[in-house]
Amino acid sequence: MGRRTPLHDLHVASGARMVDFGGWDMPVAYGSQVEEHHAVRRAAGVFDVSHMGIIDLSGAGARALLRGLLANDVARLARGGRALYSCLLNEAGGILDDLIAYHFAADDFRLIVNAGSRDKDLAWIGPRAAAAGVRLIERTDLAMLAVQGPEARAHVAALLPPAVVDAALALPAFHALRFGAWCVARTGYTGEDGFELMLPAAAAADAWRALNARGVRSCGLGARDTLRLEAGMNLYGNDMDETTHPLESGLAWTVAFEPADRDFTGRAALEAARARGAMRRFVGLVLEERAVMRPHQRVRVAGGAEGQVTSGTFSPTLQCSIAFARLPPGAEPQVEVEVRGRWLPARVVKFPFVRNGRALVSGITGGSKQP
Amino acid sequence: MSAIPPELHYARSHEWVRPLADGNVEVGISDHAQQALGDLVFVELPEIGRTLAAGEACAVVESVKAASDVYSPLAGTVVAVNAQLAAAPELVNQQPYGQGWLLRLRPASPLAEAGLLDARAYAAIASGS
Repeated sequence: MGRRTPLHDLHVASGARMVDFGGWDMPVAYGSQVEEHHAVRRAAGVFDVSHMGIIDLSGAGARALLRGLLANDVARLARGGRALYSCLLNEAGGILDDLIAYHFAADDFRLIVNAGSRDKDLAWIGPRAAAAGVRLIERTDLAMLAVQGPEARAHVAALLPPAVVDAALALPAFHALRFGAWCVARTGYTGEDGFELMLPAAAAADAWRALNARGVRSCGLGARDTLRLEAGMNLYGNDMDETTHPLESGLAWTVAFEPADRDFTGRAALEAARARGAMRRFVGLVLEERAVMRPHQRVRVAGGAEGQVTSGTFSPTLQCSIAFARLPPGAEPQVEVEVRGRWLPARVVKFPFVRNGRALVSGITGGSKQP
Repeated sequence: MSAIPPELHYARSHEWVRPLADGNVEVGISDHAQQALGDLVFVELPEIGRTLAAGEACAVVESVKAASDVYSPLAGTVVAVNAQLAAAPELVNQQPYGQGWLLRLRPASPLAEAGLLDARAYAAIASGS
């Protein structure tokens, strides 16, 4: 039996299909995962993401600690209430985890880390925080709900105390508002607008039921995966891990090389990789045939060099298979993917595939043939 | 809980068989199987006229999660396939024993000799897996 979130019994009572995810018993779907996917693209859905780790760091050295630990630079979070996405790197530039860092006030930060990496992250950050005199608290007392979709924010606002509703609805993307033990953030993992809500574990079930009562659909990890793939968002453990670095994972934009004198863990290794050049490409693929790309399938580029699919699925919005792949250096617009013993043509595209309910790439074009 | 109609025959590999009035049989996958697969997105069916051995892989059902082979529950010749599934694979999820049927076979030998399970015996397998 795995670890359970405060909403576990509610999921089971709702008929959810439960699976192991990073050591946690989590709902994969409550019925049709494709219908859950469409609910988020068209209206609103709620996900239990309480399995993710919430780590608070506070004290005079917190800002300096994070400037040294994260590849992105929390100094960019000039005002309180802002958030940024970053990788946590080892000395070799390998990715220990990806996370969101919230800055509430001077030297008062919160990290949201992956469920499967939280113990590793705590072992990495804990001693460094202690050495810097920074207070670290893992907030196991909190639950976290992601409410996503074009109608999501209005539904969340209905749950908030009247005094904070206007401020919550005025939050720009990647901003957060903390009130008491609650925190509402305009962040997510679906490519849609929405809020992530951190709240006391004891209040989670009532919030979930209130959202359901307003028509917000319960959504599982199955829909979460197809939504994040369409949105072009990486999944730790699939798309990157300790053997890959951000510059070959589509995450160069998250590495703050400026200012040049900020010495973060992994910086030297990334600079060396950049100097060597000829980096592997991290790209999106659209399969031109009716089949589904899956992780670890081989990808062949012109000349016979090979790469690999890191994440792949069927896109409910595009009605065809999409994937992320890591490829040898080059610029070919067409590749072939080995799907169940056959080499099928796929088109290389820019991320994202879908954003705010709208397809940004076309599905199966029908006209494409490999030589 | 999954539905297991008492009038059908079942294979251990989760296909069902329905005898038709013309002596042919209809084949599909069980409610238990479609639940385990999740939302189907593609269904590959055999060509009409193909001869199948019992236990031979004859179709592929692919869901958002995974692709799975479907095995012919008995020997026979394919006389029809469900063309609706090309555009609407979700019929297998919605009506696994009705509009979600996969193919029809002319059996090579009497159904009673195929060694299939009745609903009660299949229920024991479905609840144990």
